[in-house]
Order: sequence, then structure tokens, then C-alpha cells
Amino acid sequence: MQLIKEVKYLIGKELLLEWRSKYALNGVVLYVVSTIFVCFLSFVSLRGITWNALFWIIMLFASINAVSKSFLQESKGRQLYIYTIASPLALIISKTIYNILLMLLLTLIALGFYTLVFDYVPEDMGLYLVAVILGSLSFSTIFTMISAIASKAGNGGMLMAILSFPVIIPVITVLIKLSKNAIDGLDRSVSLDEIGILLIINVLVAVFSLMLFPYLWRD
Amino acid sequence: MYKSWWKILGAILVIYSTVFGFLSSVPALPILHESIRNLYFHVPMWFSMIVLFSVSVFHSIKYLSTNNEVHDMKAVQSVNAGIVFGLLGIVTGAIWAKFTWGQAWSFDVKQNFAAIALLLYFAYLVLRNAIDEEQKRAKIAAIYNIFAFPMMVVLLFVLPRLSDSLHPGNGGNPGFNSYDLDRHMRMVFYPACLGWILIGYWIYTILFRVSSLEKNKIV
Repeated sequence: MQLIKEVKYLIGKELLLEWRSKYALNGVVLYVVSTIFVCFLSFVSLRGITWNALFWIIMLFASINAVSKSFLQESKGRQLYIYTIASPLALIISKTIYNILLMLLLTLIALGFYTLVFDYVPEDMGLYLVAVILGSLSFSTIFTMISAIASKAGNGGMLMAILSFPVIIPVITVLIKLSKNAIDGLDRSVSLDEIGILLIINVLVAVFSLMLFPYLWRD
Repeated sequence: MYKSWWKILGAILVIYSTVFGFLSSVPALPILHESIRNLYFHVPMWFSMIVLFSVSVFHSIKYLSTNNEVHDMKAVQSVNAGIVFGLLGIVTGAIWAKFTWGQAWSFDVKQNFAAIALLLYFAYLVLRNAIDEEQKRAKIAAIYNIFAFPMMVVLLFVLPRLSDSLHPGNGGNPGFNSYDLDRHMRMVFYPACLGWILIGYWIYTILFRVSSLEKNKIV
């Protein structure tokens, strides 16, 4: 019960900090919107497979930027302070939940703007939304843990990309397959395999993060 | 002598499987023809790689629970040996594919995912280089190693099952299933796997001994 209380409190702290500065959300939303706009200006019109692939590439880079903030941004002093008052489990759970919320908001805004400028809607929008939600879920669980590792290694941005790409590639391939099914408007029963695999990967990553983070956090 | 029986066994098995791999009779299958003999050299590389990476994860877990730096050294040296086997697996596969599929690198799922699995371990080595402090490096690298392992399992064993591969035995290609892999081939293939795994383990123990000697300034 102590854990749930701590998690709630830490999420509240993250949201409050975000609300005060509005830096992470505004920055990332601006990043996504301008990337999409650059893509729109260079491609002008896009359909089908390319539309899908481009969306996931944009989301990949945006989410690395968004989620990597969660640990890299915090100063040593503040990390030490949190270490003394909260358990590591509560910290990783709260960071993951906060990042899931952030990524959901971000991907939905991005998808809305993306469909708006390119004036293209996938055949099966419901399934595409499922893919997008699963995507933001997996991005945030994986990147939260990797950004914790990168921040402990003390070598910011580049390490984050090197460490996370090989881990995220399998997820991205499954996501692209799933969302391509949605674009082609295939029967939903075809995509159950992919949805299952994404859920399994998420559970795996979550379990391993929970087990490993306490070791990482203790300096 | 009684301690090195497995090294002798490994050497004998590898010599046996190399000689008989070229001399023994093989079933005449379409597409594969005589190139089927690559089975004795290509597949054992992957088995050895997976065994060595599993050894590495085992020692990473041991490191986290004991904080003994010997385990860290064992973990990194088994990754080094495993990467050599992975590269050999990719090279033997690419040479074989050049003659059988007509292209050294076709868009084959297993080929792509094997390359990405190797990227994971290159990232592991880069992560080690990025941290100077020894204990911190050992701890963070162990955590990344354990975190990456389930992803490698997903990459090599789960995702290739989802789509057709050009590899023998997948997607209607003649393969090494129970009815294809005949008695003569089994008699070379199983000893080859065991022999290469033993040789791989031997290489890893030598690497480990060299690095521990260097560490103690004896060499």
C-alpha cells in the first residue's frame, strides 16, 4: 500500500512539474508538428505503405526525445533526494506511467495532425488507433528503462540512441506490420498475432525493468 | 587429462564433422543440392552464439547478486566470443545465400533479425566503453545485458515464426525437417553442433584467462 501511495505521489510530482514549466510537452509537440510539416512540404502527398512507415519513423524519434528527458533531465541532487524518500520500484512505476500518459497524448496529437495535413485516413481507423496506443505503450516502457541506463552511464543523448535502437527495432517491425493490416483494411482477426506479441513484449519489458531497476538505482 | 576431456572431445567432433561434412552422402534436394552441407557449418555457429550469450547473461545475473568482478569479466568475454560466432554465422549464411538465393543479402527475416541481434551486443560493448569507473561499468553493463537478452530471444525465436523466410524449411522451401534430414545427415549434424559449442566455450575460457592475467598485471 505504501508503494501505491508513493507511486501516486510521484506521478503527481511529475505532472505538477510538467504543468509549471510546460516544457517537455510543448517542446515535444512542437518537435512532432514541425517534423510532420517538413515531411509534408517535402513529400506533398503520401499514401499507404510510405505514409505508414514515415509516421512510425517520426514517432520513433519524437518518443526518444520525449522519454529520454525523464531521467536525463534530473539533476544529481534531485535524484539523491528522491532516492532517500521513495523506493526504486515506486520511482520506475511512476516514471513509466507518466511517460505512457505523455506518449499517448503526443501520439494522438501527432496522428491527428498527420492525417490532417496528408488528408489520408487508414481503411480501418479503429485498428490503427489500437496500433498507435500499443506503440506508445511499448515506446514508453522500453525507453524509460533505457533512459535510466543511459543517464546512469552519464553520457546522454548518443548512448540513448545506440542502446535503444536494437531493442526497439523488433517492436517497430511488428507495429508496422500491424498498422499496415489496418491500412489495408484486413479482417481484424488476422492481426491478433501481432497484438499478442506486442502485449507479450510489453509485459516482458515491464517485468525486467521492475526487477533490474532497483540494482541500477542504488549507487 | 581428466579436466580437459571436453576440449579433446570438441576438437575431435569438429574435425570429424568437417571431414565427413564434405565426404558423407547427402539427399538430393531441389534448390539446395550440394550446398546443403552448409548446414554442418552455418547452424552450429548460431547454436554456439546462443550458448555463449546465455553464459554471459548467467554471469551478469551472478554479478548483480555477488558484486564479484570475476563474473563481470566472464560476462564480457563470453559476449566477445559469442560475437565472433555470430559474425561467422552471418558470413557463412551470406556466402551460402549468394549461391543458393543468388544474393548475399536478401530481404530475409532471419538474416535481418540476426544482424539486429548482433547490434544489441555491439551496443553492449559500446556502453562498456562509455563508462570509465569500473564497478559502475560492470553494474550498468550487466543490467543492459539482462535487459537485452529477452529481446534477443524475441528477435531470433519469435518474430521469424511470424513471417515466411527463405530459409530451408520455411515457406515451402525444401528443408531439414524430420523427413528431409536423413540418418546420414543427423550423424554429422548433431556432433557438429556439440563440437562447435564446446570449442566456443573453450575459446571463451581462454579469453577469460587472458583478460584476468592482464588484469593482475602478470602478462
